[in-house]
Amino acid sequence: MPENDTTPAIEFQGVVKRFGDNVVLDGLDFTVAQGDRVTLIGPSGSGKTTILRLLMTLEEANEGLILIDGDPYTHEMRGGKRVAIPDKRRSLVRRRVGMVFQQFNLFPNMTVLENIIEAPIHVLGKSKAEATTIAEALLDKVGLAEKRDERPTKLSGGQQQRVAIARALAMEPEILLLDEVTSALDPELVADVLGVLRNIAETTDITMLIVTHEMQFAREVSNRVLMFDKGKIIEEADPETIFTSPTHERTQEFLRAVL
Amino acid sequence: MDETSAWSWEHAAAVLPDLLEGLQITVLATVVGMVIASVLGLVVAMVRRSGLRVVTIPVGFLVEFIRSTPLLVQLVFANLLFTQFPSLTIGCVVLGVHYATYMSEVYRAGIDAVPKGQWEAAVALDLPRSRTWGAVVLPQAIRNTLPGLGNYAVSMFKETPFLFAIAVVEMYTAAQQYGADTFRYMEAITMAGLLFLLVSYPTSLLVRRLENRLA
Amino acid sequence: MSDNLQQFVDLLPQLGEGILVTLQLTLGGAVLALLVAFTLGFGSRAHTRWARVPSRVVVEFFRGTSLVVQIFWLYYVLPLPPFYVELDPLACGILALGLNYGAYASEVVRGSINSVAKGQWEAAIALDLSPVHRLRRVIMPQAWPLMIPMFTNLLIQLVKGSALAAYISLHDLNFFTNELRERTSDTIFSYTVGLLCYFVVAYLLTLAMNALEVRAKNRLGTGPTLREVLRLAPVQTTADVGAGGPAPAATTASKGGDRDG
Ligand SMILES: Nc1ncnc2c1ncn2[C@@H]1O[C@H](COP(=O)(O)OP(=O)(O)OP(=O)(O)O)[C@@H](O)[C@H]1O
Ligand SMILES: [Mg+2]
Repeated sequence: MPENDTTPAIEFQGVVKRFGDNVVLDGLDFTVAQGDRVTLIGPSGSGKTTILRLLMTLEEANEGLILIDGDPYTHEMRGGKRVAIPDKRRSLVRRRVGMVFQQFNLFPNMTVLENIIEAPIHVLGKSKAEATTIAEALLDKVGLAEKRDERPTKLSGGQQQRVAIARALAMEPEILLLDEVTSALDPELVADVLGVLRNIAETTDITMLIVTHEMQFAREVSNRVLMFDKGKIIEEADPETIFTSPTHERTQEFLRAVL
Repeated sequence: MDETSAWSWEHAAAVLPDLLEGLQITVLATVVGMVIASVLGLVVAMVRRSGLRVVTIPVGFLVEFIRSTPLLVQLVFANLLFTQFPSLTIGCVVLGVHYATYMSEVYRAGIDAVPKGQWEAAVALDLPRSRTWGAVVLPQAIRNTLPGLGNYAVSMFKETPFLFAIAVVEMYTAAQQYGADTFRYMEAITMAGLLFLLVSYPTSLLVRRLENRLA
Repeated sequence: MSDNLQQFVDLLPQLGEGILVTLQLTLGGAVLALLVAFTLGFGSRAHTRWARVPSRVVVEFFRGTSLVVQIFWLYYVLPLPPFYVELDPLACGILALGLNYGAYASEVVRGSINSVAKGQWEAAIALDLSPVHRLRRVIMPQAWPLMIPMFTNLLIQLVKGSALAAYISLHDLNFFTNELRERTSDTIFSYTVGLLCYFVVAYLLTLAMNALEVRAKNRLGTGPTLREVLRLAPVQTTADVGAGGPAPAATTASKGGDRDG
């Protein structure tokens, strides 16, 4: 839980991530305040996905610390040394972080409803009835109430992604990670998903970390944009500023290419 | 049992030449069997694709039958039936026929994996049937089948002791009749196992590497 | 020929016994193989070296030495010094079959688990499901339908391998076949009968396994229900549940093992 309003929701301290010889993040520092909606932009390979995966413990940093609400996550300093935190303790912090994937990753062996209630029941220890009530409300919110007993494989990509969003929200995360959640969708299905996300941004105070190529969406939803290049933040500002008058040359180039 | 029946390195060494000779025969049987299996398997796969129900149904049944009944029983059967041939020859043929039924599936998958467009292109060019198969389809299909071929060679090698199983049991019975020490099955069987490991493990590593290379 | 049939009818009780022994070996071996397969399969993907290395060694050992050698070793060598372990022949047979095919099947287990999409693991982690829970509720239900067809192949291999039991003094179907031949002195007749019996056993087992596969796929939401398939309605997927005869009894263990890159 946030100690007070000034403790950042996310803090990276000198995070280094290497894949073999490829240094993807080279001593990255940044913070995300509680309730912030931060969009990460930058060219392909600049390390945006890597940042989200680090926050989901799907990758492990080689150096540096990551704090969630001020709590050490995967590593902590003990006696001046950086030591790994065992998975049991990580899991308590990880519970505050939710993620929606580009490829949805719904469980095909479960129905839509079962997908959503699985973790609330078995991880948060909710009763089945309570979890179901919450899940139904969420399905309503994403506009898929009538699909609750369908198999995910029977749904369109856009519907699957909306279920995945509901599934992540059912864990009541404080932080939601969104990695190009519309990139695998047919163009006509993108709007529904973005609509749902817009609605969540308006009606909740979840901290959001967004990687997207939908610049219009980023502009509407986020209050901060970080421009990445080669694993470093080269420019950061509010969306208005960065999209209308970027200062850094690389940002100008990048935005010319994608807008 | 008396003391002399404990493990003896002497006996282990003494049985080694026999085993090495057995190994040679095993390798030979594998090679000959594999050649039969590769050729016959391809023929079967092509016949089953012919679409002539009079042929495909009986051939299909025969393939299923051979494939789902024990090689060992087939070997004994053939040995009893064709007493005029040496048992090694019979062994190679039965092994080859048995594995041909597996190989035909590998070929079938390989042929199915050739894109439909290739057949259509052959029709569009008005190629005769023999050229379609020989110059277009098979060269592509065979490449798909090489890994399967390698795997079956290894597993065939491990099944060749079925050829000797019969002989071993005869030896064992004989040994019991003539007093225990004539045939030292403890050393023989153990050494045979180790020898197999020694040959088949590197071979399967080789096959796996080959597969990775081809994939 | 009618003489043969008379002998055959006289030997029917023995045939029943032979089939029973073959079935005991098959089912006993299969259950043991399944246990071995999951133990070694999970062991092979363990993070800790002291679980992974022994698992790999055991798998390679039983795959590398031949079933014939293993079964003979258990029966002929184990009772000798320094072991002095005299096993019941049936136990020998079951043990050898279970260990040998279990080693192959462990590769199927490993390969199938590895071939479940990476995103499924990641989603399970993102939902903070515990490692055991991930496996039990998310990964296994998806890996299981992949395993079944390969298990079917191995099961048929196991039935065939069980014929070796006749050489360790068990009166199985193979033994019966030889008995019938001695009584009738008609090799073709008795071996045709014997092989047909094996074929029927293999065929029935394949049918049962196919039913299991249909059910598993249906649970995964990717296939028709068993009832739909049995109704023989023209359901699209009947082709891949193998309507005709036993599936290819190949050494598909290696196929399973190769899925992981
Ligand atoms: N598992 C991995 N193994 C090796 N290298 C990796 C791995 N994952 C990412 N990388 C490398 O890390 C770098 C950053 O990748 P990342 O996926 O974070 O980029 P990105 O900014 O998300 O790019 P995109 O816009 O294309 O999604 C790339 O050079 C990539 O090749
Ligand atoms: Mg990315």
